[in-house]
Amino acid sequence: MSLLGIAVLVLGFVLRANPLLIVLAAALVTGMAAAWGPGADAGTLLHAATGTLAAFGRAFNANRYVSVVWLVLAVIGLLERLGLQERARTWIAGVHAATVGRLLAVYFVLRQLTAAVGLTSLGGQAQMVRPLVAPMAEGAAEARFGPLPDAVRFRIRAHAAAVDNVAVFFGEDIFIAIASILLIKGFLEQSGIVVEPFDLSRWAIPTAIAAFVIHMVRLALLDRRLRRDLGGPGAPR
Amino acid sequence: MIGLAQVYLVGGVFFAATAWFSGRDRTNPRRLRSATFWALLALSFLAGDRLGDVGNGLLVVGLVVVAALGMGRSRQSTSTPEQRRAAALTHGDRLFLVALVIPASAFAGTFVAKQTRWGARLIDPSQATLVSLVLGVLLALAVARLWLRPDFRTPDDDGPSRPQHLVPLREGRRLLDAVGWAAILPQMLASLGVVFLASGVGRAVGHVFSEHLALDSRLAAVAAYCAGMALFTMLMGNAFAAFPVMTAAVGLPVVVHRFGGAPSVVCAIGMLSGFCGTLMTPMAANFNIVPANLLELPDRDAPFNSVIRAQVPTAVPLLAVNILLMWWLAFR
Repeated sequence: MSLLGIAVLVLGFVLRANPLLIVLAAALVTGMAAAWGPGADAGTLLHAATGTLAAFGRAFNANRYVSVVWLVLAVIGLLERLGLQERARTWIAGVHAATVGRLLAVYFVLRQLTAAVGLTSLGGQAQMVRPLVAPMAEGAAEARFGPLPDAVRFRIRAHAAAVDNVAVFFGEDIFIAIASILLIKGFLEQSGIVVEPFDLSRWAIPTAIAAFVIHMVRLALLDRRLRRDLGGPGAPR
Repeated sequence: MIGLAQVYLVGGVFFAATAWFSGRDRTNPRRLRSATFWALLALSFLAGDRLGDVGNGLLVVGLVVVAALGMGRSRQSTSTPEQRRAAALTHGDRLFLVALVIPASAFAGTFVAKQTRWGARLIDPSQATLVSLVLGVLLALAVARLWLRPDFRTPDDDGPSRPQHLVPLREGRRLLDAVGWAAILPQMLASLGVVFLASGVGRAVGHVFSEHLALDSRLAAVAAYCAGMALFTMLMGNAFAAFPVMTAAVGLPVVVHRFGGAPSVVCAIGMLSGFCGTLMTPMAANFNIVPANLLELPDRDAPFNSVIRAQVPTAVPLLAVNILLMWWLAFR
């Protein structure tokens, strides 16, 4: 019965409902399903729903710190108003060797390496991709091919976002004090298995290398596709 | 000592300002709903501890109802491309340096709070990264103000009556409006994880796996665990929620105990298989929906937007590589 909540998640996915609505519905259904049984009536269900709502509210209040990160938008917004994106675009246009793929590859390496030594806060979608990486990638393409069609512009932006995610996901676990490593260590300890964080983090290295290789191939293909779609071998200007 | 209470106060003020500017934004026909959403979030940050559990639950219902009805989007532009190009010429590379103030102070603050005695008196060490992040935001705003000395009174502004010190809140609101309801999805998923845990969903999933799948070879068990991590992560929106469930269901009982896999290899690669799922799901809002909103991608409301589609061709082969890696490395 307690799997009904997961069924609600799947159903919500399929119906394309608002994810916030899906999450709240899944929580309430899970709570009510747990209370369902022989002799359960509307009163029991109502009681279970209120109890689940209270538990959800308590957890929501305790997890407010998750949403604190949006404060950085005040700084990013101000810097954008002062021309940060435009400055990033002009700067990259001056680097003649830059292509979209090469630029994103350099950012991938920097992001993965800094994440691997614990500096995950150096990047991010709001902090780096929107104000710097995406405008630079667009600027590199514009310097090479001239004005971009919208479809190409949006494809480049999506790839800029993807590079940040892939690089940080498969870099951060190499660092021993990252949340996911500590979660694994805590979980195994509860099951009576003691492991050192270093023993976990070194097994993240093979996947990190694989992620790097696969994504470098993807970026090379992106460059090739841009050359094919926008014409020419890509002589600067 | 600066701790969570002060962090929530600053956050509450920011969300309250967002509500205020959103409510006065005539370019958004649904501005009242948008203002209600951010005002409720501000209330949660400023007074959440005094609302009680049911009160907080009802606040969440309010947030969800407003978000599901639709909050509209602002079409207000606070500056023109010409203004920004001119500003970029004035400020030059100093803009990059100000942008680095936040990560630099987040790192330095965390270090000082954890490693020095005076730092621990100033910053609550258990919340060091969050507190340092917020201090970094305030520091960056101060640096921008004092060093760049921006002048916002351009001829296009509607007069000098606009107080200049509100510009960061106004610009932050512009971006937060673009993020929209997705801003609270991670917080909602964390809360759902708590409810799932209390209701024993993990045990039930383990039951399904052990009864319905014939995991009679190492490769089948490893594949079921890794693919299960990816799938459950796609549903739950993050691998942290999926990990305890899938590892208790398949990872430990089958891969480790029945076939003798090394727990460190199994868990490390299992978690990374979950991350492959994160790359492929709209439930992972801060990684997949927020950038689509921030980068103004036209398909941002589609369930599988172009950020996710840019990531799937990396995530799928990487999941296969993870299965092979675990199969090779865990049983040596």
